Amino acid sequence: MASQTEVLIDPIFNNNPIALQVLGICSALAVTISMSTTTVMCLAVLFVTTMSNLAVSLVRNYIPTNIRIIVQMTIIASLVIVVDQVLQAVAYDISKQLSVFVSLIITNCIVMGRAEAFAMQNGPWMSTLDGFGNALGYSVILIGVALVREPLGAGTLFGMEIIPTVANGGWYEPNGMFLLAPSAFFIIGFFIWAIRAWKTDQVEEEEFEIAPNIQYKEAA
Amino acid sequence: MGLRSFMDEIAPHFEEGGKLRFAYPAYEAVDTALYTPGFVTGGSSHVRDGMDNKRIMLTVWVCAFIPVFVGSYVWGLNALTAMAEVGKTEIEGWQSIFLNLLITTDPKSIWNCLIYGLGHFLPLYAWVFVVGIAAEWLFATKRGHEIGEGYFVTSILFTLSLPPTIPYWMAAVGVLFGVIVAKEVFGGIGKNFLNPALTGRAFLYFAYPAQMSGDQVWVAVDGVSQATPLGNAAIGLDYGVDWMSAFIGLMPGSIGETSTLAILIAAALLCATRIASWRVMAGVFAGMVLTATLFNLIGSDSNPMFEMPWYWHLVLGGFAFGMVFMATDPVSAAMTNNGRIYYGLLIGFMCVLIRVVNPAFPEGMMLAILFGNLFAPLFDDYVMQANIKRRLARG
Repeated sequence: MASQTEVLIDPIFNNNPIALQVLGICSALAVTISMSTTTVMCLAVLFVTTMSNLAVSLVRNYIPTNIRIIVQMTIIASLVIVVDQVLQAVAYDISKQLSVFVSLIITNCIVMGRAEAFAMQNGPWMSTLDGFGNALGYSVILIGVALVREPLGAGTLFGMEIIPTVANGGWYEPNGMFLLAPSAFFIIGFFIWAIRAWKTDQVEEEEFEIAPNIQYKEAA
Repeated sequence: MGLRSFMDEIAPHFEEGGKLRFAYPAYEAVDTALYTPGFVTGGSSHVRDGMDNKRIMLTVWVCAFIPVFVGSYVWGLNALTAMAEVGKTEIEGWQSIFLNLLITTDPKSIWNCLIYGLGHFLPLYAWVFVVGIAAEWLFATKRGHEIGEGYFVTSILFTLSLPPTIPYWMAAVGVLFGVIVAKEVFGGIGKNFLNPALTGRAFLYFAYPAQMSGDQVWVAVDGVSQATPLGNAAIGLDYGVDWMSAFIGLMPGSIGETSTLAILIAAALLCATRIASWRVMAGVFAGMVLTATLFNLIGSDSNPMFEMPWYWHLVLGGFAFGMVFMATDPVSAAMTNNGRIYYGLLIGFMCVLIRVVNPAFPEGMMLAILFGNLFAPLFDDYVMQANIKRRLARG
């Protein structure tokens, strides 16, 4: 049985849902264009994952196995609707920018994955920690991506100019590529590279090895 | 002392335990460029030929200089003509330091135009080469592989695909992206599934659209705008050139793409030496002709690109350059002979489709080739499966 700290801390770097399991990529591409939307998205996922893990774990012994996915979906969907309504009420602009991606938290593989893989087998306290830890792992990557994308793409951070752009009389020519979703693909790729350079046990085995070169006389 | 014995004498310094061990990839690159190496792949299932990767790449590199000279001439001609029109008599930019010694600003002289163009192209190329080779060298040293000779080709094709007014730092960003993200992260030359030169260009195209396309970038004189014929065609204007001038290359455009004639001469050389696959070129050409003809037949009231016949598609934009130099990249293209034809057809089809149907992109060749690159392994797989089935049926 894993300790509480492991359950909470492991998903951040050792078993990151995005960087190692490669889940939840869609929203990581879509919302990371600016820091404000990213922060709100991370908070929403933190709330939903934690609460859904708790709720699923509480009722886990009463769910018939063959409809368990439906029950999990219902719980997650209710939580997402709460988040969506709250966002529309208190932060309408951000909710407009996030558009469908708040509702799409329902289909976020991380939320479903944790409910199915962890909360169905573990007690409420551990499940809550696990949900919170995984959402933290997700948030770390998302905020990292947004920290690259927003300054490089628009010269701003949280909407405030930090690098003066050419259009505003400064020196920085904004890189439009970072405003497009595909840029998050290779930024996440660079993160995975960095994490694996740091934690080498995550590196996958080579599928094949190229034979070394030899003197042609020996080969003949 | 002969060069060979000199290379042998200094070799121990670069090998295991030598003081210059860190520079081994550089030594190895020079050595194997000068002499066919004595090292071969182990195992018995390989064809061993003096025409190795390095010599293939160097041949392509030499062939690429045909469009370089014509493109430089066109660059000079466009710039000097524009200067004459707006009444400028001084050559601008730091290149003027040496250009003023060599040429005048009279656009009628072929010498003036050629030297003006080369004087701008060669420093840009040298810069791209140095930046990219530094990245290659870093990876080669760190990861213990050799410097890919393919970089000679990548660097010149990348430079040729840029507009003449590209800022130097931007060219550096593009080539670094191409070399690192499209090639080195996958393990270096031979393991990349996309063409590195085109990936670098695509990155710049989406990152800095104002500096990579539009009507401001094609003439290397400040404040002179001139749209490419393809750009004109996309919005229904007159192309601005007749077919023969377009074929020879007397129009604005990226450095290497303007002259279809020069590119076809290089294509003949590449096919004669059997370095580039004629099947890929034939596939791209046939795919383009068929699709363009199809659109001609369908016709459209609102979209002028539907009317463009195939012989205009051939000479405008980067089609010919992409067909001969980019699509035939031996690493990212299909590897089987039948696969190469289908791969080519797909590129030709996609190029015309993007040019005609997508109003946001007047040029489609770059994206079409990258798209084709992605599908190349699939074509290979189908061809191999079909082969296996046929052989099984034969019994």
